[in-house]
Amino acid sequence: MIDEARALDGPLVIGGETFVSRLIVGTGKYETNEIMVDAIRASGAEMVTVAVRRVDLDRTKAEGILHHLDPDEFFLLANTAGCYTAEDAVRYARLARAAGFNDFVKLEVIGDEKTLLPDVAATLEAARTLSDEGFKVMAYTNDDLITALRLEDAGCVAVMPLASPIGSGLGVVNPYFIREIKSRLEVPVIVDAGVGTASDACVTMEQGVDGVLMNTALAAADDPVRMSHAMKHSSVAARLPYLAGRMPSREIAVPSSPTKGMLD
Amino acid sequence: MTQHETIRVQLNGKEREIEAGLTVRSLLESLDLKPGMVVVELNREILERDSYPTVTVSEGDTLELVHFVGGG
Repeated sequence: MIDEARALDGPLVIGGETFVSRLIVGTGKYETNEIMVDAIRASGAEMVTVAVRRVDLDRTKAEGILHHLDPDEFFLLANTAGCYTAEDAVRYARLARAAGFNDFVKLEVIGDEKTLLPDVAATLEAARTLSDEGFKVMAYTNDDLITALRLEDAGCVAVMPLASPIGSGLGVVNPYFIREIKSRLEVPVIVDAGVGTASDACVTMEQGVDGVLMNTALAAADDPVRMSHAMKHSSVAARLPYLAGRMPSREIAVPSSPTKGMLD
Repeated sequence: MTQHETIRVQLNGKEREIEAGLTVRSLLESLDLKPGMVVVELNREILERDSYPTVTVSEGDTLELVHFVGGG
């Protein structure tokens, strides 16, 4: 049934790569690697984000994620999470590319520890540097139109405004800004961060954006696999209303049945 | 048995004593790491994997061995 629904939609094309799913998922914070893999498979996502970190030489923690996640099964999108400067983000992106999978990077430069909101000036600087070096940059940013336009000018292959702060699960706090960004950009707009549950994913996709990226909503659910199934369906279900064009909402009732032909 | 000569390097943020004359590849092997699973930065320069068997680690080098972990 979901395939039937998908047939009414086109693919998601980012930087020349084609995806059937409009859902991109993270791989962090899962209780076990087995649950992570099951949840990602259930989500139907083809693109998954990963982080770059030092190998733990004392081996007290789990090994690298590629021992669990098959890079032939998923398209790996390395992030620069945890970076607070353009310089650090560029360094992490270069390390990620040297792993040899692809030229894509999810650029993330954080400006504030409490809100994890992006440092948009540093993000722009890093986006320019990385695009010049041939990276396909998918930039995490604020829901700010001007920054989104500048990131597109900088050569980003996708611009990724937040729905609300990372890990907050608050849903889309400003649907108007998300719509405005989508209507003004040529490159795909992926809403990244803030989705908490399936209805949030629906509201996000109904704004007409090209995709949605989430991690905590799945990993922090009591049952991540079940939540991943739900998110798969909502990312499809809420894409179609946008394509179908919803009825206008009005604060007055209009009968659905004929008012003529009533009995005396 | 003769004592191996050792050198001191910064490895993932910690000072470590390692055998002198090791190539990057033999260092990875000694740490039980597969070359294809890690990326090596030597003194802030990323090393091409092809060079692991030929680049030798020297006294005072700073090495970062990184890999992919779960993240959002």
